Amino acid sequence: MEFPVNLRYTKEHEWARQEGNRVVVGITDYAQKELGDVVFVELPDLGTTIEAMGTFGVVESVKAVSDLYAPVSGTIVEANTILEDQPELVNASPYGQGWMVVIEAANPEEFQQLLTAAEYQAYVVQEKSSR
Amino acid sequence: MTAGTEGKRTPLYDVHCQLGARMIQFGGWEMPVSYTGIIEEHQRVRTHAGLFDVSHMGEIEITGPGAEAAVQYLTLNDVHALHVYQLQYSALCNAAGGLLDDLTVCRLAPERFLLIVNAANIDKDFDWITQHLGPGARAENLSDTKALLALQGPDAEAILQRFCPVPLGALLYYHALVTRLDGHEALVSRTGYTGEDGFEVLLDAAHAVALWQAIMAAGQAYGLLPVGLGARDTLRLEARYLLYGQDMDETTNPFEVGLGWITKLDKGEFIGRDALTRLKAAGVPRRMVGFIMQERGIPRAHYQVIQDGQIIGEVTSGTMSPTLNQAIGTSLVRSASVKNGSIIAIDIRHKAVPAQVVPSPFVPRRVKR
Repeated sequence: MEFPVNLRYTKEHEWARQEGNRVVVGITDYAQKELGDVVFVELPDLGTTIEAMGTFGVVESVKAVSDLYAPVSGTIVEANTILEDQPELVNASPYGQGWMVVIEAANPEEFQQLLTAAEYQAYVVQEKSSR
Repeated sequence: MTAGTEGKRTPLYDVHCQLGARMIQFGGWEMPVSYTGIIEEHQRVRTHAGLFDVSHMGEIEITGPGAEAAVQYLTLNDVHALHVYQLQYSALCNAAGGLLDDLTVCRLAPERFLLIVNAANIDKDFDWITQHLGPGARAENLSDTKALLALQGPDAEAILQRFCPVPLGALLYYHALVTRLDGHEALVSRTGYTGEDGFEVLLDAAHAVALWQAIMAAGQAYGLLPVGLGARDTLRLEARYLLYGQDMDETTNPFEVGLGWITKLDKGEFIGRDALTRLKAAGVPRRMVGFIMQERGIPRAHYQVIQDGQIIGEVTSGTMSPTLNQAIGTSLVRSASVKNGSIIAIDIRHKAVPAQVVPSPFVPRRVKR
């Protein structure tokens, strides 16, 4: 399972990558493995404003529906609409072609409060062992 | 996946863990939901073959000179003409005509019947059966001593024939035979829950691991994969088989879920007969329909179904069909005007997404008739 060190993470299993004032968001390798085959992704319209840890969309596997949570507050400026036709990219490339949205961050300091790769990895290990 | 809860385990639990299966709680059991991925497993059953551990299912045997009368009284279908080693799809109803469970009946001998029941209902069914047995009949719950494997798919017969000493080609749908597989006695029936040709094999729990390994080895050349409950659910929904606890329960009667064909009101007295006779005469206001989504969105259980701005029911089962690559579902609707071809809508996260009602099943059943 991959936990790239250049990314930050949420406890809801999203990853975030800072590019200037923009934050690219997707779900983690652990999340896609837990979900299994992703068959549907619903993303917000461009221009939608979101709060940190508010829901911005939905990802569905064959069996389950999961909300997507925004790592930071801001405005949706890009959405990976390719996922509407190829949701399987979330499984194949969770940190690459499976990216979901880009948020124009309202409070850049929120990014610094997200989990580091080491913190997230420890969280996942704990979550797995507690069930 | 609730932390700290442990369910019952089938004899194959360790095998599933060794295969790296994702385990879930289902009907009080710890069962594999998938091994390599639900979609791959689903497609393998449609194109080649898959092996399922369905040992969580229950087996209740009814024996004695009063066995036939007892089964007639307990179940909806008519077992009188059922031959030895013939099976029948049936159900248990309460006195109000509510469905207690759906099940398969196999006559093992003139005075010996085997009922295969749903895992979550084993204790409920066994209590109900023992309370309503007539004279000369005895019921025994064999569930803990038996294992049940399902080998399903177009290559199932070729795989099982590699070590089955009797020819399987002559075994008809919903018929069974007793043979020795891998050295141990097994009841092999041509039945399943996938819409494909295939077999279910009932044997003593002690030999389940050895038989699983033998079938997997024989199936290697055919691309046989182990298949979990995830694909079992998508396969059965494509084939429009009902799932107890989801598509039906004690608040539904057989007519509204499409089980009028197993409800033999003229066979003589049975539990629920009076209520069901009245329900049939009055006409049931709800009806199970299948639908295919016309726009993006996956229907899920309990989503509301809308027609002309009115809520007409709930989704009972829904998924993305791996065979059709379209989202499909079933619903129990209160509307006389919903017909094949009708456009309804499913409320998916407060958006009315159109769906078209289609005749069942979604994917043609290819069982051997």
